[in-house]
Order: sequence, then structure tokens, then C-alpha cells
Amino acid sequence: MKSVSAEEAVAMIPNGASIMVGGFMGVGTPERLLDELVRQKKADIALISNDAAVPGKGVGKLFEGGQVSRMIGTHIGLNPKAQQQMLANEITVDLIPQGTFVERIRAGGCGLGGVLTPTGVGTLVEQGKQRVEVNGKTFLLETALRADFALVHAFLSDYVGNLSYALTARNFNPVMAMAADTVIVTAEHIVPVGVIAPDHVVTPGPLVDYLVVNG
Amino acid sequence: MDAQTIIARRVAKELRPGNLVNLGIGIPTLVANYVPEGLKVFFQSENGLIGTGPIPEQGMAHPLLTDAGGKPISALPGAATFDSAMSFGLIRGGHVDITVLGGLQVDAAGHLANWMIPGKMVPGMGGAMDLVSGAKRVIVAMQHAAKGKSKIVARCSLPLTSARPVDMVVTDMAVIAFPDGKATLMETAPGLKIAEVLAVTEAELAIPDVVPEMKL
Repeated sequence: MKSVSAEEAVAMIPNGASIMVGGFMGVGTPERLLDELVRQKKADIALISNDAAVPGKGVGKLFEGGQVSRMIGTHIGLNPKAQQQMLANEITVDLIPQGTFVERIRAGGCGLGGVLTPTGVGTLVEQGKQRVEVNGKTFLLETALRADFALVHAFLSDYVGNLSYALTARNFNPVMAMAADTVIVTAEHIVPVGVIAPDHVVTPGPLVDYLVVNG
Repeated sequence: MDAQTIIARRVAKELRPGNLVNLGIGIPTLVANYVPEGLKVFFQSENGLIGTGPIPEQGMAHPLLTDAGGKPISALPGAATFDSAMSFGLIRGGHVDITVLGGLQVDAAGHLANWMIPGKMVPGMGGAMDLVSGAKRVIVAMQHAAKGKSKIVARCSLPLTSARPVDMVVTDMAVIAFPDGKATLMETAPGLKIAEVLAVTEAELAIPDVVPEMKL
């Protein structure tokens, strides 16, 4: 784990990169990295995020300047900009069920080829997917999902990158922290080793490539 | 009593002690306001919380404690938080006793459509498809008709949320269930005659010999 500034962290991300961003409606999102993505005008982003948040918050900021070209997510209904861009075919949006979204990412981080889920059988979601029967039940084969970068927000990080999360800001963060080639983390508080007891570490330090310094 | 209150009050009567319940956005959220006195249930918020409490008092909100719409909420004693994989494990894994969702259409076979109007409104399904696939009981809470047009249709014209039929639909005019896969009028709203319900219902409904009024 290396400590870097937000500017240095985002400078590593090339245009056209696939980026997972933690958070649920902007809660638990690394806002400083998103501000930096906007400031550095990163373009052609393939965004993997649960939702499009709202304009001006979280990943919502990326839609204002048209920085996203593709998105995989579950819900964009509360961001009119993202809706407009999708309906005008300016961006490609792959909307998938939320439980499938998180399991595909989990599979990507855990070395699995994919998962079998009953969700979506007999709906539009099934199009182009393989049906698999197991013990008389029908499932869809949903393939694993990974990204070039994961941008994660924790509540606490210690000096070696052990992470813990707070309340509903945990959401997709620990799962995404396993599913990208490069993991960049912001934390509300950076604390000495030992403050987070081993039993309370959710994301172990070796998963974190870069910790963004505070202040 | 307005339409939303009728729906929310009637759905609340379905809650049983100890139930783990997921409430969708909109009318379903209001159900929490009418939990019978003394009945202990657990509300799940799919962004990672069991034990969702009311909107916090002024000055008591926490920016990292929100509902699935991103609005501040509180957590009750005994609450637990977890990540999204656990949250949807609970949902898909059959651990949620009741889910209450909004709807655009429900058809005569109990199929629900509630996540998109092609070309017009495509917000995405969020957690709805997993909830309908995995919860033990699925209740739809919605207005009976929109702009005079029945939302209880013969066959959904909008994309389905799940191939699994819902268990119950509660509207401002009626309670409809699907015994043997057939839409059946179980109750009418107070003061409404069966014929008045049928006049704004596109789907064919089976009518039992006795159709009581909703008890609110």
C-alpha cells in the first residue's frame, strides 16, 4: 500500500478506463476522487456503479460534463442527466438487478467465472444469457465482473490499509475492493495500526494499492 | 382517508410478529407509519441495514445512515448493518418475509411490471427483481388506476419484474390475491361496491360469495 494525494491517484487513471465506484446514492462514495476525476477531465469512462446518484453528488458529477460513455448499474432514475443521456443514446447503460450486480462483482473478485441466480428468469434481463437447470430449478448464468480501477470509500483506514466501514456507507465498497486491478481508497479517518481490531477489519490491507492522504 | 393512507394502513395489517420486511420507495414506505401498536417487526433497507427507524429529529441525522433513496434515517436498538452482498443474500435467499413494492401494472396472473416504460422512463430495476424473486411474500401497494386507466390489467404490456407472480395487491379500492393463479377480489375499500371496483378493473376478477370490506 502506498499513500498518495487525490491528484496523484486520479492521474494514474487513463481515459477509457473501467472504474468501479463504491456508494449507494452517493453515500459511501469517495467524493474527493470524483472531484478530481472532474477536475482532470477524465473521459470515456466505463463506469460500474450501483446508481447514477443525483446531479452534483457522487458519480452524478461525472454525467454533467459527459465523462461517462458506458455504465453498468442498477438504477439511474434519480439523475435526470444520466436518464437524458441514455435516452438520447449518448451513453450506453446496462441496467441489471442489484443482487446480480453485486454477485457478479463478488465473483470477479473471488476468482469465480460467474454465478447462477434465479433473478431475471423470464424477463428482459434473460436476453442473451444461458439458462442452467440445477435440481429442477432454473437459473441464469451471470458472468463475473471486474474493472481496471476500484474507487473505494472507507470510514477508517489504518497505516497499512486495513479498512472498516460505517453504517450504510459500506454497501458495495468491500466487494469492489476485491474486483479491480488497482484499488484506490479514501477514508474519513486515517488511524494508527491497532485502532481497528483484527476482528473489525472488513477489507484487509493487502487488497489496497493506494490510500489517499487526508487534509 | 386519502388513497395512499388506505393502501398503507391495509398493507400494515399483513405484518406479523418478528417479520423481516422490505419496503420499497413511495407508497410502500408509508406502511411503516401504521405498524400496529406493540407489533415488533424488522425493516430492511437494501442499502445495508436491518432495523430501519423513523426520520431522525432535527440535528440527529448522520450522513452515512440513509435509506435506499439516500435520505437520512435512524436505526433502532438491535439494528445491524452489512454490505450489499449480504443484503441481497438476505433478499434472494428467502430470509425476507414480506416485501412491499410499488407497481405500474399487475396482471390477471399476478405478474408485476414496475421498473420501466420503454422509451419514456427507464430508471432501472434496482433491487425490485431480486425482491420479487426471493422474498417469501410479495405485496404490491399501488393506486388501482392512473388517469382513469386500470393498473390491474389482463396482461402486462410493460416489461415484467419477475416471472414469479405476486401474492397480493392492495390498492385504494381493493385487495386482490391469486389463489390457484387466478386474480380474485378479496376485499373492497370501505364504502365501495363490487361493481364500482370492477368498473375500473381491466383484468377479469373472480368474485367469491362473500367479499368483505377492508378493515382499517
